[in-house]
Amino acid sequence: MVTGDVKLIGSWASVFVMRARIALNLKSISYEFLQETFGSKSELLLKSNPVHKKMPVLIHADKPVCESNIIVQYIDEAWSSYGTSILPSLPYDRAIARFWAAYIDDKWFIALRSILTAQGEEEKKEAIAEVEERTEHLEKAFIECSNGKPFFNGDHIGFLDIALGSFLGWWRVVELDANHKLLDETKTPSLFKWAERFCNDPAVKPLMPDTANLAEFARKLFPKPQP
Amino acid sequence: MAERSEEVKLLGMWASPFSRRVEIALTLKGVPYEFSEQDIANKSPLLLQSNPVHKMIPVLLHNGKPISESLVILEYIDDTWQNNPILPQDPYHRAMARFWARFVDEQIYVTAMKVVGKVGEERDVAVEATRDLLKLLEKELVGKNFLGGERLGFVDIVATLVAFWLMRTEEVVGVKVVPVEMFPEIHRWVENLLDVDVIKKCIPPEDEHLNYIKARMDSLKLKSVQ
Repeated sequence: MVTGDVKLIGSWASVFVMRARIALNLKSISYEFLQETFGSKSELLLKSNPVHKKMPVLIHADKPVCESNIIVQYIDEAWSSYGTSILPSLPYDRAIARFWAAYIDDKWFIALRSILTAQGEEEKKEAIAEVEERTEHLEKAFIECSNGKPFFNGDHIGFLDIALGSFLGWWRVVELDANHKLLDETKTPSLFKWAERFCNDPAVKPLMPDTANLAEFARKLFPKPQP
Repeated sequence: MAERSEEVKLLGMWASPFSRRVEIALTLKGVPYEFSEQDIANKSPLLLQSNPVHKMIPVLLHNGKPISESLVILEYIDDTWQNNPILPQDPYHRAMARFWARFVDEQIYVTAMKVVGKVGEERDVAVEATRDLLKLLEKELVGKNFLGGERLGFVDIVATLVAFWLMRTEEVVGVKVVPVEMFPEIHRWVENLLDVDVIKKCIPPEDEHLNYIKARMDSLKLKSVQ
C-alpha cells in the first residue's frame, strides 16, 4: 500500500473520474475521494483546475493533475513499480493504445452522447447508426490490440480497457434510452465478452455504478423536453 | 539511436502545423526520414490504407507500421529515439506538458480557426476568445525561455501552431490577434524559437506560407458566399 497525500476530486457518476479511480485501484493507492455536489463546483476544484474547472482532478502532494487520460498515465508513471503496468511496454503498442483512447473521447463518446441529446426520432436513429459504426471500429481495435488475450492491454486491464470500459455504465443507460442494443453480442462479439470481463475485474467492480441509479441521474443531466 | 536499419516515412503536407511538428521532432532527434507530400483533395491509397479511421495526415510509417494523430506520433518518437528528449522525465512535469499540448490543440486551435473562418462580429468574438486562451500561455512563459523551460520541449513543438500559423494569419486576416503590448512573453518566445536551428529548418517558408493562407481564406470566403 502506498501512503502519501493523494486526493481525487470527482463524482460517482462520472466516466472520467472512474478512469482515475480504476488506475489508483490497480496500483493499490489509498486516496481521499472528494465527492463533488451535483450542480455546484467546490472551491478546491476551481482552484485546482482553473483552466477547465472540471473533474477529475488528482492532487498528489498538493500538486494537481487534470484530464482523465493524463491522470491515468501520471498514475502509471509516478507509481511505476506498483501493481501492474497500465500502459503497454512497447512504444508501438503504446501509440496504438493512445490513438484509440483519443478516438474514444473525440469520436465515439460524442456519438454516444448525441443519442441522449437527440431531438426527435430521426436524429436519434442517425446517432444510433453512428455509434454502431464507431463501435465496430472498436471491435477491430480490440482484436488487433488484445492479440488473443482477454483485454486490450493483454492479460491485465490497462489504459485502453480503462478508457473504454469506464463508459459501460453509461453505455447501458443510453441503450435503455435508445431502446436499441448498443453493445450487441452478434455484431461485436469480442467487445461484448470483454465488457463482462472488464466489469468483473476487482479494480473495477466496486466502482461501476448501478444502472438504475445512473439512469435516474441521467434524467437530471439530460432532461427530456416537456410535451 | 537505433542499431538496426530503420525505415521512417512521413505522410504529410507542407503547410500543415500537425505535419511540421512531427518533422521538428524527427529532426531534433536526428532521425533520417522520407517525406511524402500528400494531396489532401486526392488522397493516396497509401494514406487511406495507413490511416483508414481518419484518412488524415500526418501519418508516420516506421518500418511499415503506421502511427496516426500528431500528439500520439510525437510521444512515439520520444519513446523510440531517446536522445534529445522532448517530454520531461518527471511524471508531474510530463502530465503538465500533456495538459498544455491538449490545451493548444483542443482549445486554442479550435477558437483560432474561427478567426480565419468567420467574418464581422463573429470574427471579433473569436479574436477575444483566442486572446483569453493565449493569456494562459503568456502566464506559462513568465521567467522561462521556452514552454519546456530552459530548452525547447513537447509543448513548444505543439505550440508552433500559435507562433507560425496563428500569428502568420494576422497579416492575411488584417487583425492583430496577438499584439506585442498584450503578449510580450509570447513574442519573446517566438524570437527564442527562431533562434533554434531545427525550428528555422522545419517551419514553412514565410512568403509561400502567407500566399497559401491567403488562397485558403479566399476559397473559404467564396464557399460561404455561395
